[in-house]
Amino acid sequence: MAVAIIDSGGANIASLRFALQRLGCAAELTRDPGAIRDASHVLLPGVGAADDAMARLRGAGLDRVIPGLTQPVLGICLGMQLLFERSEEGPADCLGVIADRVVPLEPAPERPIPHMGWNRVSAEPGCMLFDGVDAGTHFYFVHSFAAGDGDYTVATTTYGTTISAAVGKDNFFGTQFHPERSGPAGSRVLANFLRMDS
Amino acid sequence: MGDIVPLAARYRDEGADELVFYDITASPDGRTVSRDWVTRVTEVLDIPFCVAGGIRSVEDAEAVLAAGAEKVSINTPALEDPSLIDRLARRFGCQCVVVGIDSRGGGEGYRVASHTGDPERTRYDRKGTAEWVSEIQDRGAGEIVLNCMNHDGVRTGYDVEHLAAVRDICRVPLIASGGAGAMEHFSRVFLEARVDGALAATVFHSGAIFIGDLKSYLADCGVEVRP
Repeated sequence: MAVAIIDSGGANIASLRFALQRLGCAAELTRDPGAIRDASHVLLPGVGAADDAMARLRGAGLDRVIPGLTQPVLGICLGMQLLFERSEEGPADCLGVIADRVVPLEPAPERPIPHMGWNRVSAEPGCMLFDGVDAGTHFYFVHSFAAGDGDYTVATTTYGTTISAAVGKDNFFGTQFHPERSGPAGSRVLANFLRMDS
Repeated sequence: MGDIVPLAARYRDEGADELVFYDITASPDGRTVSRDWVTRVTEVLDIPFCVAGGIRSVEDAEAVLAAGAEKVSINTPALEDPSLIDRLARRFGCQCVVVGIDSRGGGEGYRVASHTGDPERTRYDRKGTAEWVSEIQDRGAGEIVLNCMNHDGVRTGYDVEHLAAVRDICRVPLIASGGAGAMEHFSRVFLEARVDGALAATVFHSGAIFIGDLKSYLADCGVEVRP
């Protein structure tokens, strides 16, 4: 099983690599289209701004490669947001896998932005990504933009309003939270992803 | 410094929500915290962690983040060169940039201190804490750790009044630091100062408070916690 982590230029990829390593998976960090197409599973991490990340993916020709992938793909945090059609962060045209848009979180006195912390997540019953994860389990979030509860939402959390904690469409999945920072529950989500048939 | 990897694993297993590694002597000595241990900690930790101490440049921060830390926390270097906050936020996003403030109350209200790692070199700025809190948010700080020096090390409770006043002018997550000695100090600071997190060291290191017990207690008090 060759697992690829797309090198989207973010500084902190080490935590994801080690999280996969703890699951016995040695993932390759790459921006090579061939290696990404051949991988059994592809992870798209990312921190920073959507427009910067899209510029880097376009520079490597990956904006055309990623939407055509047929194996399981998991976008994490900004990586999830990049799967959408458009993000108001920039704004930026994104990968267009999910026909919806990403919008800023609304600030409020009791809701600091960025949203950084552990929140309860409820997934749709039967969602393979959350197999074995109890409803209401806490996951770790770090973000200032979010996708609402839409057609492709498979798990939600609440931060003022209901937002997508995870999305899924065909072989594409995304988590707004960081599974690699979410303790045993996050590790379970990554293991569930790696168990998906490619 | 003892071997921090087993200590990190212990706190992970006890249920800590985030760890902060302080090298408090780094700034007064004019050196940068050594990085090889960051990778060793990343290997075992599946929760967020932040590295503080001697980070003076984008390059310093990049090395720590690339080694696996989630965030960097800056204190004295931000006071010496506030534009460091802007540069870090632009490069890594504000969610990576924590600014630590050592705040001391006195006759003229709360003031910011620097070089607090070394009592002989600690300086008390003329900058007011409230003014500094506003400035660092405008520059791109994504989180503020407010260490209340009057309460630090005395274990009589967090400075709830000061933290509540800062909470009112703080749009980003605010973490309380300094003064934790008992479980009720944590519930008070969450419920009365409405902070987003509470940081403590001594009571956890000494075993006076176990994190699992603390979280059960906080849940009973009505504070939302990850079990």
